[in-house]
Amino acid sequence: MKVVILGCGRVGSTLARSLDREGHTVTVIDRNQQQFQRLGADFRGQTVRGTGIDEDILRQAGIEGADVFVAVTNGDNTSIMASQIAREVFEVPHVITRVYDPVREELYRSLGLDTVSPTTTMSGIIANKITSGGGG
Amino acid sequence: MYIIVVGGGKVGYYLTKTLVNEGYEVLLIERNPQKVETFSERFGAVVMLGDGAEAATQQRAGAARADVVIAATGEDEDNLVICQVAKKMFQVGHVIARVNNPKNEEIFKRLGIDTTVSVTNIILSYIEQNLPDRPIAHLITLSHSDLAIVEASVTDRSPYAGRTLSEVALPPDVAVSAIIRGDDLLIPRPETRLQPGDDVIALTHRSSEDELRAALSH
Repeated sequence: MKVVILGCGRVGSTLARSLDREGHTVTVIDRNQQQFQRLGADFRGQTVRGTGIDEDILRQAGIEGADVFVAVTNGDNTSIMASQIAREVFEVPHVITRVYDPVREELYRSLGLDTVSPTTTMSGIIANKITSGGGG
Repeated sequence: MYIIVVGGGKVGYYLTKTLVNEGYEVLLIERNPQKVETFSERFGAVVMLGDGAEAATQQRAGAARADVVIAATGEDEDNLVICQVAKKMFQVGHVIARVNNPKNEEIFKRLGIDTTVSVTNIILSYIEQNLPDRPIAHLITLSHSDLAIVEASVTDRSPYAGRTLSEVALPPDVAVSAIIRGDDLLIPRPETRLQPGDDVIALTHRSSEDELRAALSH
C-alpha cells in the first residue's frame, strides 16, 4: 500500500519504519528536516519537508495516489485540517487522525474522520492497571 | 447581536475595538495571559483568557448564544477548527475565518465555513480590477470558485476583431454575456460583430480564461 504520514515524531517515525520494513511505499512529511533522522539510515521511503496543511506539499508527497493518510503531528488542529484536506480534496480512501483533545476527537469522529485519541486510550489502560490490582 | 472574536493579534484587536465602539456585544478570546491583561485594561470585561479551539473555552464564552464567531488568529488550522467547533458543537449561525494561505479559502468553504477572508486575495483582486493596462479583469469570482465573470477589451490584433460571434471559435465553457461599445450595451447575438475597442463581459470557467485572454487581447 501507498501510505503518506504527516509528522515525523516518535509515533510517525516508528510507524513509517515498520510499514517500510513490511514493504509498503511510505512518504513522511515534517516541517523540521532534523526529525527525519528518526527514520534511520535503512529507511527506503521518501521524505518531504513542509507543512501538511498546504495542498502543494501534500501533492509533492504523492497524496494523489495514496491509499492511506495518517496525521500524527503535535498539534491537533494541524492534524485535523490536513486530514480534512486529504479526505475532501484528494479523496484518500483511508484517513487516520491522532487527536489529543478527547472533546475534539469525539467531534471529528462524529464528522466522519477515523480518529485515535492517545489521551483516552492511555488513561483507560492505566486506570485498568490500577483497578485490576496488577503489577508489583 | 453577540459576536465572539478569537485571536488577539492585530486583526482581532482592531476588530474587537471597532465592534465595541459600534455598540455590539463582543467577547475577545486570547490565549496569551499577558495580552489578555493588557487588553482588559483597555477594553474592560470583554476579553477572556483561553484556547478558542477548545469546546470548554467556547462554552465559557457562551458560544451557544453567539450570532457570529470570527476566527482571526494567524494560523489557518486553528481558524478552521475554531469555526468548526463553533458551528458543529454550538450551532453558531455564522462563522467567519481569516485565511492566510489564499488556497485555503476554497477548502474552508467546502468544509462548511460560511465566510472566509484572505487579505492576499483581496489585494490580488484589487490589482486585477483597478490597475491600468489590464488585458483581462476579474469582475467577480463566483461562489462556485471555478467560474468567474471577466471583462476584456478587443484589440485590433485580436483574431475576433471584425468577426461575428457565430464566426469566432470561443474557448470551451465561455459565455459572452454583454458587449459594451462606447456607451452602448449590446446584447450578444450570433450576428453581433466584434470591433476593436469593444469591452466583452463573459462568464468563463477558470481553465478557459487564458485562452480567452489570448484571443481577445492578442
